[in-house]
Amino acid sequence: MNQGEGVMSQWKGNSGLSRRQVLATAVAASTALSAPAVLAQGRPRVVVVGGGAGGATAARYIARDSKGAVDVTLVEPTRAYYSCFFSNLYIGGFRDYASIGHSYGALAANHGINVVHDWAVSVDRDKRSVGLAGGGSLSYDRLVLSPGIDFKDGSVPGWDLSQQNRMPHAYKAGSQTQLLKAQVEAMAQGGVYCMVAPPNPFRCPPGPYERISMVAHVLKETNPTAKILIVDPKAKFSKQGLFEDGWQRLYPGMIERIGPDFGGDKVEVRPASMEVVIDGEVNKVDVCNVIPAQQAGRIAAAAGITNDAGWAPVVAHTMQSRADENIHVLGDASHQGDMPKSGFSANSQAKVCAMAVRGALTGSKVYPARFSNTCWSLIGTDDGVKVGASYEATDEKIAKTDGFISKTGESAEVRKATYEESLGWYAAISDDIFS
Amino acid sequence: MTARSTASAGKSPSARAAFAALTAALLAVLPAGGAWSADAERGRALYAECKRCHQVGDGAAHRIGPHLNDIFGRPAGSLDSFRYSPAMKAAGAGGLVWTGAALDRFLAAPRATVPRSRMSYAGMKDGSDRADLLAWLRLSSGGGPDRPPAQPTVTPEEYGLDPQLLTIRGDPDYGAYLAGECTTCHRPDGGEEGIPSITGWPHDDFVIALQAYKRGKRVHPAMQLVAGRLSDEEIAALAAHFRRAGDQP
Repeated sequence: MNQGEGVMSQWKGNSGLSRRQVLATAVAASTALSAPAVLAQGRPRVVVVGGGAGGATAARYIARDSKGAVDVTLVEPTRAYYSCFFSNLYIGGFRDYASIGHSYGALAANHGINVVHDWAVSVDRDKRSVGLAGGGSLSYDRLVLSPGIDFKDGSVPGWDLSQQNRMPHAYKAGSQTQLLKAQVEAMAQGGVYCMVAPPNPFRCPPGPYERISMVAHVLKETNPTAKILIVDPKAKFSKQGLFEDGWQRLYPGMIERIGPDFGGDKVEVRPASMEVVIDGEVNKVDVCNVIPAQQAGRIAAAAGITNDAGWAPVVAHTMQSRADENIHVLGDASHQGDMPKSGFSANSQAKVCAMAVRGALTGSKVYPARFSNTCWSLIGTDDGVKVGASYEATDEKIAKTDGFISKTGESAEVRKATYEESLGWYAAISDDIFS
Repeated sequence: MTARSTASAGKSPSARAAFAALTAALLAVLPAGGAWSADAERGRALYAECKRCHQVGDGAAHRIGPHLNDIFGRPAGSLDSFRYSPAMKAAGAGGLVWTGAALDRFLAAPRATVPRSRMSYAGMKDGSDRADLLAWLRLSSGGGPDRPPAQPTVTPEEYGLDPQLLTIRGDPDYGAYLAGECTTCHRPDGGEEGIPSITGWPHDDFVIALQAYKRGKRVHPAMQLVAGRLSDEEIAALAAHFRRAGDQP
């Protein structure tokens, strides 16, 4: 069996972008020589920026599978990573805070990854060097950027980062998530929880609506006369039928959503007075969860590889930046096509990237890219739903090939099994990223 | 969802009724006071929940789970030839011996009795079901004259698969790459937590399971999606990889 050659001939036979032909030729050449030029100068160096589901997975797979042949440095400012996935379950009381926290110790101990706790603030693409906030710099043969998201300034009038304690986003997990949970639990009886939902595209499409479900679950138990208001600039959202069915069954009369047809896209917030102005109408609220419009984490723009919308376009076959073939971009920050911005997607893309990086730097076999994603959401106790799809790389984008989604009216047994499956997934993907 | 419940999800009510009728017929012809008590015979039917992973009887071998011959009185996790979960080994080292009472407790709630064991089974809630199952197990796992021959865990014919599919030799290195898509949900080691462990599965069991998903003969949306786009060679490569991974510490 000779998968590598099969892949290459498939690539060469394609009349698409020359970039891929160049890459395939490079891989062929390095395979033939069996000692790529870069090896002659010592161990090839990979710098990974961002220690989440994309970056940590890529670092782990490159280090593990190259068995020491590639020098891998992971740059991540935080010492403990709190996953956004399952952070809503923490808000709902289904997980404790420690259970969504992960350390980088195993990546260093088990795979020899050099973990640098610092902020990457600049990229010199000509010198192939990353500048750190702490003052140092790291040179690379390949750079992997997986910085997640940052918020777009001014997308919700009245809100900026200085107001995130009055009106938390809780869309980067950690102290913000703890703060939002505390605010929900401290709400006055009969109070109003308001969410300003983000416009597309954004991290974790079902995330805001799973959060609504979890907040409703808490309020139903402790504050049953409270109300939930969703101000949404989008006409439709992920798993909408499943969520709305669940809200009606489990939290009747509690949740109101104002879409763009009723001014959900014309919103302003006043943190000082805890007011939300919807199409000119002032609403007093008790908790306000503002999830602003999003773009790639700032380092992507600093590297000069983002498009007008603020995301980094990539080649689907390798996750290489379309602006610089020495840089790969993973996860939420990438503009790749049909995959949702999710931890599962980032983890999936990281494996394709790791294979391409190893192929380019060590001459290891390169197989055709394949991607998949499944997103589980919890609506209430033992009431789990999921949506999933498989994807392939085309010259244009990562393209969806097939998919499935849970159905309304499923039995309680099926919903419970789906929830339990999500627990298994969380345990497995945590190992796949951090162990 | 466990492999067991997935596998049985497709059974039609009429198939279940036919099975019940068959069981009733068997019960009717059993000799009173015969070597096989009615309870053990009922236990034999209940053993269908175990047989996907475990063999018992003459010629039984390890499959997804260890063989169950001579299990009564044996310390847990103590067969050198089987790769147990660390949890099961620790339970045995801690003094767990498979007496009838211990097996009864374990079968009632496997995950509560031995947390992080790899056994993908939610438990048999009904105490009389467990008693019948253990009666059958005692009969078939010992060395007595009534020990029946071991049954295969799974055959390609059960899913209408071409047996030739089992003869394809896969490339385990290619399987190692493809496995990246599996390990997002299936832990390479460690315990079963809502999603079964697949590391170390016998080649044929692995191929049959994925081919059955690929062809819609086993029902699970995520598995059908993943298996649906795997070629026969890729399934063989994955089987080779996960079989090999089972030999690694």
